[in-house]
Parts: sequence; structure tokens; C-alpha cells
Amino acid sequence: MNKDYKDRIVRMSGAAVQKCMRCGKCSATCPNYGSMEYHPHQFVYMVERGDVERLMASPSVYECLTCFACVERCPRGVEPAKVIEAVRLEAVRQKGMNYFKPDDIPAQLDDDLPGQALVTALRKFAK
Amino acid sequence: MKIAYYPGCTLKNRARELDRTARETARMLGIEFEEIPEWQCCGGAYTSAKDEIATKLASVRALAAGREIGDGRVVTVCSACYNVLKQTNHEFETNPDFDLKVNNYLGGAPEYHGEGAVVHYLELLRDEIGFDELKKRVVRPLTGKKIAAYYGCLLLRPSSVLAFDDPENPKIMEDFLRALGAEPVVYPMRNECCGGYLTLSDREAARKRSNAVKESAAEFGADFMITACPLCLYNLTKNTDEPIPVRYFTEVLADALGLGGE
Repeated sequence: MNKDYKDRIVRMSGAAVQKCMRCGKCSATCPNYGSMEYHPHQFVYMVERGDVERLMASPSVYECLTCFACVERCPRGVEPAKVIEAVRLEAVRQKGMNYFKPDDIPAQLDDDLPGQALVTALRKFAK
Repeated sequence: MKIAYYPGCTLKNRARELDRTARETARMLGIEFEEIPEWQCCGGAYTSAKDEIATKLASVRALAAGREIGDGRVVTVCSACYNVLKQTNHEFETNPDFDLKVNNYLGGAPEYHGEGAVVHYLELLRDEIGFDELKKRVVRPLTGKKIAAYYGCLLLRPSSVLAFDDPENPKIMEDFLRALGAEPVVYPMRNECCGGYLTLSDREAARKRSNAVKESAAEFGADFMITACPLCLYNLTKNTDEPIPVRYFTEVLADALGLGGE
């Protein structure tokens, strides 16, 4: 386990992972819980333990909707979505790790797809 | 009154009706939306990481330009623009490092330190026009229409920053619908996510979310739904098996105010 990663995730996210009391409410309220290998509460305690690399390598970082339901409903103000966002950025910022690329766009276009979807996906999944 | 208007990228193409009906209804109600010159796309998503600076500059430039128009507030109609601009503006209050770095980036442009403000069109309707006054302006009330307001995520969360409405039991859109003479449908999933940008990376996940939202609205008897967000409208229209139509809130407002013919 790499402590540098933990320090960086905590600093980037500004989230207080040490305040987590393991109630699991973040994962209980997560609308995309079923698509995730690691769930919001696991992101929080794995970052707290410094076990960040496994999270960075997991497809779960790309399954968070950033809907902020977990942030809103956490009774301890831990802000799990910000932790997940920081882990995702840590992964995506590495060389060759863009998850969604401009080349992926043409296959996705239809007459109604809003530009908003494209810019958001590029912002979330690419550097 | 005149107010600085930030339309956002999608209102210039796929969501032109949202842009047009917002401007026209506002004008009818005595508010002139003056488009901010040379605005750039907000990026659609606010990146919460403290070290993300460059991705927030477009929002900062829009907020700085908005100071020159009207009373300095910036109005948005799109939920995502509202969320991004308002969270960006809030960052100045809580993150001195952000303030410093942003102003270094701005170079020769006038400095900006978060003195502007961001307001959603729905808030203008509630707080400037007033829903009682709006009700008096309605010429074609939506009597008998059961309409489900869909808030989604971006208007409500994080509530500590946006302070748009009660994040778990919002009522601004229901009050808006009542002013137009409609019967608002209050249903459990109105503030849960539609699937958002996952339509591009995991369409099945987005479909599950949108179906859950629409099935909830259908179960509670909605004739149709309204939203302020183009991506919500897309997901709730394309990524779903539930046929209830979805419209922009400004379109029903235009109908009720008698715009757009018979």
C-alpha cells in the first residue's frame, strides 16, 4: 500500500475519511450500487487504510454518477463522491488512461444526444 | 429588469426550445435575459477536486463578465450550468488557493473573487416575479393536467452550496406547476439520478436509473413530466421503456402564458 496515494486523495478530495463511522448509508442510497465492484463506503475506508491502487484499477471508479446522494445523506459529512472523484482523477491522469476518448464519440451520436453528455463524459473520464 | 444570461452549450443546439421558451417567457414577465458575450461551455460537470483549476476557468470568466450586466447576477436555465457555475463561485469562499491560482490564469483580465451570484430561472420566477403574480399572468391554465416535476441531482445537490430547495423534499417546481393551474404529482424518485453521463459509458446502468424514475412517476399517475436539464430529458426519453412524455419546464410555462399559438 502506498501512503502517498492516500495523502493525495485526501488532499484532492478535501473529504474527511477519518470521520466515517461505517454506517453504510452512502452505499445504501447509491443509485448505481448494483454496477459497482467497490461501493461508496468501501472507497472511504480503503482510502483511509491507504489501499488506493486497487480502487484505481477497478471499473467502479467509472460507475459513480456523481449524483451526490451519498454526500447529501452521509450523517458524518464524509463526502464519499468526492473521494471517488479524486481516485478516478488519480487513475485517469496517468498516461494512456483516458477512459472515454474523442474517438469513442461518433459511435454514440444520435439526433437527440445533448452536447452536455459529451462534455461531461470527457470531463469525468478523460484528462 | 435586465439580468446576465448564461445559456450553456446544449441550449444552442439540442435544447434550443429550452433556450427560446426561457427567453420569451422571461420577456413576457418583464425580465430581459442579456446573453453574456463570448461565454464558453461550463464543462457540464463540476470537478470537486481541489487541484482542478483550468477546468473551472470558463465558469469564472462567465461569472466575471456577468458582473457588467444588470445587478451582477447570472441566470441559468440548464441544471448542469447552474450546478457548475454556482459551485465554482462558492469555491472562492472556501479555497484561497483556488482564488489565487484562478486569478493568475486570468492574466490581464480584471480579477474575480466570487463577488457575483448565480440564480436559476425557477428561482427568479419564485423570488422576483412570485408564483402568486405568475398565476395572474396565466392565460391558458393547465387545468386537470397531472404533471410530475423531475429535479434529479444537479439542481439540489450539494444543498450546502446550492441552497436551491430542500434536497429531500423540494417544492419549488410543484409550486410552479400549481401557479400554472396544473396538479403536481409528488413521487418518490423525483430527486434521484436519471443515469446522467453514464449513457455514454454504461448505457444499461443509465437505462435502469431512468426506468426507475419514470416508473415511479407513472405509478403516481403522471400525464407527463417536466425537467430543467437536457441530459435528464434525453435519458428519460431515450433510455427508458416508459412512454410518459418529458418536457422542459419552460415549455409548459410558455403554453400557460399563451405563447406559441394554439
